[in-house]
Amino acid sequence: MSKKTIALAGQPNSGKSTVFNSLTGARQYVANYPGVTVEKMTGWYKRKGETVEVVDLPGAYSLTSYSPEERVTRRVLLHDPLSAVINVLDAANLRRSLYLTIQLLEMEVPLILALNMMDVAESQGVGLDVQGLSKELGAPVVPTVMTRGRGREELLDAVADMSKISNLSKNSARSSAAHLNLYPKAASALKELEELLAAEEDLRTDFPVSWLAIKLMEGDSEVLESVRERTGSDRLVVRAHELRAAFEAEHDLRPELYISSQRSQRAAEIARRFEKRRGSDKVPFSERVDRVLCHRFFGPLFLAVIVYGFYYLSFVQGYNLTHYVWPILAGFRSFMEGILPQPGLIELPVFREFVLWIVDNANALLNYVPIFFILFALIAILEDSGYMPRIAFILDRILRRFGLHGQSTLSMILGGVVLGGCAVPAVMATKGIPDEKSRLATILTLPMLNCQAKLPLYFLLISIYFNETVRLPFFGDVSQQSIVIVFIQTISLLFVLPIAKILSMTVLKNMETAPFIMEMPPYHVPTFRGVLGRAIERVWLYIRKITTVVVAIAVVLFVLLHFPGLTPERKTHYEAEKDQAVQAFLASVQGKSLAEELKTEEDVLSLILFQQGYRNLLRSGAKPETREAYGEKNPAFFEIIQNRKSEEARSIERELKKLISFRSTTLTAIRKERIDNSVLGQLGRALEPISKYAGFNWRVNVAVLSTLAAKENSVSTLGALYVKEETGAEADSDNGDTLEARMRDQEEDFTPLHAMALMLFMVLCPPCLPTVMAIKVQTGSTKWMLFSFFFPLLLGLLTAILVFSGGSALGLDGFQAMWRFYLIALSLTIIMAFFKPKSQNKAELWLALRKGGDRTHGDAF
Amino acid sequence: MLPEKTVTVEKTLAELDPGETGRVLGIEGSGVLAQRLIDMGLYPGVLAVMLRRAPFGDPIEVEAEGAYITLRKDEARFVKVKKSA
Ligand SMILES: Nc1nc2c(ncn2[C@@H]2O[C@H](COP(=O)(O)OP(=O)(O)O)[C@@H](O)[C@H]2O)c(=O)[nH]1
Ligand SMILES: [Mg+2]
Repeated sequence: MSKKTIALAGQPNSGKSTVFNSLTGARQYVANYPGVTVEKMTGWYKRKGETVEVVDLPGAYSLTSYSPEERVTRRVLLHDPLSAVINVLDAANLRRSLYLTIQLLEMEVPLILALNMMDVAESQGVGLDVQGLSKELGAPVVPTVMTRGRGREELLDAVADMSKISNLSKNSARSSAAHLNLYPKAASALKELEELLAAEEDLRTDFPVSWLAIKLMEGDSEVLESVRERTGSDRLVVRAHELRAAFEAEHDLRPELYISSQRSQRAAEIARRFEKRRGSDKVPFSERVDRVLCHRFFGPLFLAVIVYGFYYLSFVQGYNLTHYVWPILAGFRSFMEGILPQPGLIELPVFREFVLWIVDNANALLNYVPIFFILFALIAILEDSGYMPRIAFILDRILRRFGLHGQSTLSMILGGVVLGGCAVPAVMATKGIPDEKSRLATILTLPMLNCQAKLPLYFLLISIYFNETVRLPFFGDVSQQSIVIVFIQTISLLFVLPIAKILSMTVLKNMETAPFIMEMPPYHVPTFRGVLGRAIERVWLYIRKITTVVVAIAVVLFVLLHFPGLTPERKTHYEAEKDQAVQAFLASVQGKSLAEELKTEEDVLSLILFQQGYRNLLRSGAKPETREAYGEKNPAFFEIIQNRKSEEARSIERELKKLISFRSTTLTAIRKERIDNSVLGQLGRALEPISKYAGFNWRVNVAVLSTLAAKENSVSTLGALYVKEETGAEADSDNGDTLEARMRDQEEDFTPLHAMALMLFMVLCPPCLPTVMAIKVQTGSTKWMLFSFFFPLLLGLLTAILVFSGGSALGLDGFQAMWRFYLIALSLTIIMAFFKPKSQNKAELWLALRKGGDRTHGDAF
Repeated sequence: MLPEKTVTVEKTLAELDPGETGRVLGIEGSGVLAQRLIDMGLYPGVLAVMLRRAPFGDPIEVEAEGAYITLRKDEARFVKVKKSA
């Protein structure tokens, strides 16, 4: 059985990925090309006893060495032993697709053309002469409609046939002749270069000589370099420079632009010859749609509706879905509680605590899976439909004012600009931003958006500290809560925009910029499979984050929160208290008939656990039959906790309640003491001298430290610090009310101003570790990774200090400080929007363009 | 080669109004920009239709032989066109 490799090449949106999925099914994996952040998709299929590996190359308009995508594509085509290259063409736009095809032919790869989107072409009244095209280009042409699998078999046949005919030599003679015809003005120069190259043994065998000649004539830096290396001399490179200079002097035109223009015209000419457009020039569907969707007035309006729809579907409807997910997660927790070592009266087995801690941490995150799924599916719909570039088109003007890019929008939506997102996929999605400077500005500010995980803390603090009603002009009485929510929702944007601008004027000043040139792809109806696949892929990424990093950090936090633990003296102290309480209980129930089975401490413990089990049952809304069945497990105990009529049962229950209350107070005290002593507690205390200016006490410090693992931890750590459950181990971490009450009760000094400072810190808070790692991957630099961590930390601390210390000095409450801060941020944003640095962007562009002298390149036709 | 019978004016692509058409004469300068524009389909000789400006005035969208391209005015200024009246 032989193994073959084929590659898919094509311009963006020609349907490459669709062909790839159709050929390989679900058998595929994604990796990055070495050294660059360009994705490499590999899959395979089996056919007639043959395994064929398929590589989906990145979309490329051309094969120059300017962009990483094009360089990667070129390298694979040149160096990998490919038995066929499928060039996917958009049949509805033949001319545009052929521009790349001509370059592929020049590279003399074993080419098969998949003429995709035949359905779109037909609906536009475009007929194509497939045979004629095949003859003209000297390559097999297969018409396909890949979304419906049409032409798939024929394509596979063509791949199978390809390996039989080895027409490379024939090909190259013909293509060499073709070049000289295609580039008449450069014919003599190309001929000379070809002869020189053909004399080089090393080069001739590895590369098509005529292609090398063209690349040398184009002045392609990568090819020049590799020729220099391979031949070990500058001779060829120098000669190429001379020929280029001579060409330029003669024609007043740079050779590479001449060559590209000739290819464009050749593509247009072939397209004209082989496509028959019936009927008059009908305006394409997408263009008619854009007349509305990119309209001066309706465009932004529609965009607003889309954003609202996003918000509504993922956060309102998605939130409803979590009501279905939570019982499953809670059920899993109960199951674990059941199989773990049981708690003692005041002894909680460490292993039990540990497993439940991990489960709680993971559950808090998994609870969001439905929201994420909806969110990511909606984003996939936006991407596949082709609307995303329209958003970039509409918003570029605004975003650019702040050093960002129209194409930052996708990342910003993923990151949570609409309230709730995740910085990890958002950072990954910056890959599409062509301009390095705005890409970095986007990456560095994305974590300041409100990711999904920051929300629970906001909701917690808002519901405790902002309960009053305020009277607003026009609106009348409004609850502070809704105002604060709007504040938090919008303030992150008021951070992101000016900070992005400041960064791009300072630390990013010298980064490379690129012109904004983007194709508007035609609209497509997204396919179910495509959307589902992408949504699952991104949700999976999120789940992986939970199962790996978050869990790992949860383990570390657990250790830091539990050790060194109580001193032996304190342990003995609590033991003694417990013995006393148990003895008191046993004495009080002595001689009562129902209490016959209550003799030892173990019996008391089982009664308590029985009572708790029953309470949980009631809380979960169990049916009477289930309750009865539970009672039958221990009728005597059931009598005590259930029988309201018998005087005896009532009195025992009274005593039991006392004991239970003692137990929970003691457990809380122990836990508090343990955290007090713990490593993290000490660290939180050590930070207090600084953090007090921001209004953070040591508990808040501990919570903030825990968010570095994942933002969700803020609430669960606070939950652990403000324990006051009746049951000890069975923390109601899902029950927000309890934690809110607990926090309010135990933190009397905490005011709305404290809460406001904490929320603002949380907005800026350094990115969680998974995000930091994503930033490392996307920037490929440790320096930026560290910057992305420490810069927001510092900024967040300063902001919190400003709000808290400033607010205290002026005697403001949290709400007053909030809107004053908002006005400051808003003014800063507006100032930044109008502040123009010495036109960095333009100056650089001009410089780049003027380098080769000031002239117009035209007259290529 | 392509005679324009009507009166024509030389302009930059950025100066065309929506709905106007111009033949690309050349792209000023010599950097990445010209190469990118040609790769996207805005090559010298092609007939470009100015379709629209974005709602906030910039970027612009043009069509050239079936390719729909958006670019900022900063870039469009480098593209010299002969306006077809
Ligand atoms: N009507 C139609 N749409 C297609 C066809 N092939 C792909 N598409 C759609 O074209 C869009 C772009 O396809 P994709 O495979 O992502 O293109 P890529 O950028 O080359 O990978 C998607 O929305 C596809 O569903 C086809 O043959 N007919
Ligand atoms: Mg693709």
